[in-house]
Amino acid sequence: MKTSIRIQRADFDLNAEVAALTEDGESGAVASFTGHVRKEGNLSTLTLEHYPHMTEAEIARLAEEARQRWPLTGVTVVHRVGSLKPGDRIVLVAVASEHRHAAFQACEFLMDYLKTHAPFWKEEARAGERHWVEHRHSDDDAAERWNK
Amino acid sequence: MTLLYFAWVRQKIGKGEEALEASVADVAGLIAHLKSLGPNYADAFADLSRIRVAVNQHHAGLDAKVGPDDEVAFFPPVTGG
Repeated sequence: MKTSIRIQRADFDLNAEVAALTEDGESGAVASFTGHVRKEGNLSTLTLEHYPHMTEAEIARLAEEARQRWPLTGVTVVHRVGSLKPGDRIVLVAVASEHRHAAFQACEFLMDYLKTHAPFWKEEARAGERHWVEHRHSDDDAAERWNK
Repeated sequence: MTLLYFAWVRQKIGKGEEALEASVADVAGLIAHLKSLGPNYADAFADLSRIRVAVNQHHAGLDAKVGPDDEVAFFPPVTGG
């Protein structure tokens, strides 16, 4: 399985990432998810912090878990850190497989697990005040359903 | 051992990383030791339901064993994606 996991400040290009996943011609299906900064109220900036090395290792473990559950040919995860504005891209999960079913399911699985396992933290700035975003229990429920 | 702190845990303690020599058996013992070091630590670890732990870059529980060569990280529940 072709695996690319990157944590970066720079933006990413969805078309380029999908092209890299499919250039060998083995994948008939790519499912991708792109997360953006949502403009909620007076949000001005979202700053993302992470745990270098553990983040990449944890996402690699999640990708391996996905590979054991579905017949995948490639996984690309790009997650941005640093200071972002409403509308900016934050995260890309793209999953390639021979057929669509595995690609759709593994993409959603990876996104659900990334939300609950990958060590990132968001800090919001609103009208000059900064505060840390609270973890959402609905994200725990979304990840938990894959264990049923 | 090497200790790492992230997000508001880092802000409450006032640093992101430190080396510590302490004879503790597990994460719970380490937290009890850290809370004795000062009010900043006591504040950061006041509510353990809001604290998550990694030992050597793997998620771990309060009962995880820790030793001198380990890297132990404390942080809030994650909020990426």
